[in-house]
Amino acid sequence: MSTMSPMMAILSRDLRLASRRPAEALLPVVFFVVAASLFPLGVGPEAATLKQIAPGIVWVCALLSSMLSLNSMYASDYADGSLEQMLISQLSGIELAAAKCIAHWLMTGVPLLLVSPLLGLLFGLSWEAIGLMAFGLLLGTPILSLMGGMGAALTLGLRNSAVLILLIVLPLCIPVLIFGAGAVSAAESGLSPAGHFYLLGAMFLLSALGAPVATAAALRISV
Amino acid sequence: MKKLPRLFTFAAPKTFYRLATVTGPWLYAIAAAFAIWGLYVGFFVAPTDATQGDSYRIIFIHVPAAWMSMVLYMAMAGWAAFGWAANARLASMMARAIAPTGAAFTFLALWTGAFWGKPTWGAWWVWDARLTSELILLFLYLGFMALVEAIDDVRRADHAGALLAIVGAVNVPIIYFSVRWWNTLHQGSSISMTAAPKMAHTMLLSMLLMTVAFWAYAFAVVFMRARAVVLEREIGADWVQALAAKK
Repeated sequence: MSTMSPMMAILSRDLRLASRRPAEALLPVVFFVVAASLFPLGVGPEAATLKQIAPGIVWVCALLSSMLSLNSMYASDYADGSLEQMLISQLSGIELAAAKCIAHWLMTGVPLLLVSPLLGLLFGLSWEAIGLMAFGLLLGTPILSLMGGMGAALTLGLRNSAVLILLIVLPLCIPVLIFGAGAVSAAESGLSPAGHFYLLGAMFLLSALGAPVATAAALRISV
Repeated sequence: MKKLPRLFTFAAPKTFYRLATVTGPWLYAIAAAFAIWGLYVGFFVAPTDATQGDSYRIIFIHVPAAWMSMVLYMAMAGWAAFGWAANARLASMMARAIAPTGAAFTFLALWTGAFWGKPTWGAWWVWDARLTSELILLFLYLGFMALVEAIDDVRRADHAGALLAIVGAVNVPIIYFSVRWWNTLHQGSSISMTAAPKMAHTMLLSMLLMTVAFWAYAFAVVFMRARAVVLEREIGADWVQALAAKK
């Protein structure tokens, strides 16, 4: 452990903790699949309609499922006092926040990414559309983890923090949803999805630079 | 000769409370007078629009409300940030007092927009860039209020709210420029600082009068709410106790 950088140490610790409780770690992706498969039952099984709304459904479900797992991002570390120790250690808060976000993305974002082609097939999307959707998720899900980390840090230890996170983070994530789902719709209607991806990429860069700083500040406020 | 008040005189809750108490009724009076004048010009003097008929008259409320929704968000974020950075208590209290008024103006802008949209576009609501970003602004106000209400520790609530307000401020330029960046249904701005007005002078007059009325109203209710927040937080202070004993 002594040779490991503090950031890597936190990252591998979070991943190891998650691997000890595999059922819990898989909950978000199970929720993702279950929630998305409710839509054909509610909307009706018409192939044309489903195909049209599929990108939106997948994106909304991805958004919600990554929000659901945010609550646990800092909660257990806060409860047992290790978060406080991490914050008073030499490790900068920004590094801590970044490591936590990467861990969260690896545990929730990546599984969503891997499962999304399956959902695409269920909704009858073409392979091209599935590829675009997965690429959009690749750019977009890290933003959800980054913005969500800030929400989790702000609501640390509060009553109803799970609902509060949704209320705080969802408005900030709406642009990601619009451009992520919009890329697939644009390609379906014969336009280039590049513009949407550029904007998603820009949002990713902006949140990657800004969110860890904001999260570190939020942790200092909350702890 | 009386000494002039210095810049930070009103940063003390006690002096601010006095200022807000004295100016409150005047601000309400200004708001009412300008609203009556503005609505009279808007409804009885301004001509009927050539293409939109009389339904355009809702802009006399809609446009100033939309302006206020954005200005108040920036004011709220600004005061909250200042309160966080400088540890100025009154600034944080102001931020908290502004939020409900800002949310109310945002709601008013969306609601009057729906009234205008029905006869003009044929729909109460469209998922246009400006409408969506204004709706996000409403959510941001609600998120700010929910967060500061949920935290019991006043200091933590103020600082956490400040951080959220600053992050959300990204949305305000997006709303403002949305009609220029995306070519969607909502029309571009009719008023520009650099060009001659494209509308009849009485229309412009009515809109400006309503803007003054809304500003005065915003100051009046924010001051009233801020007074309540000051009393609540300074309950242990001597001057609050003296005030309570007098009544």
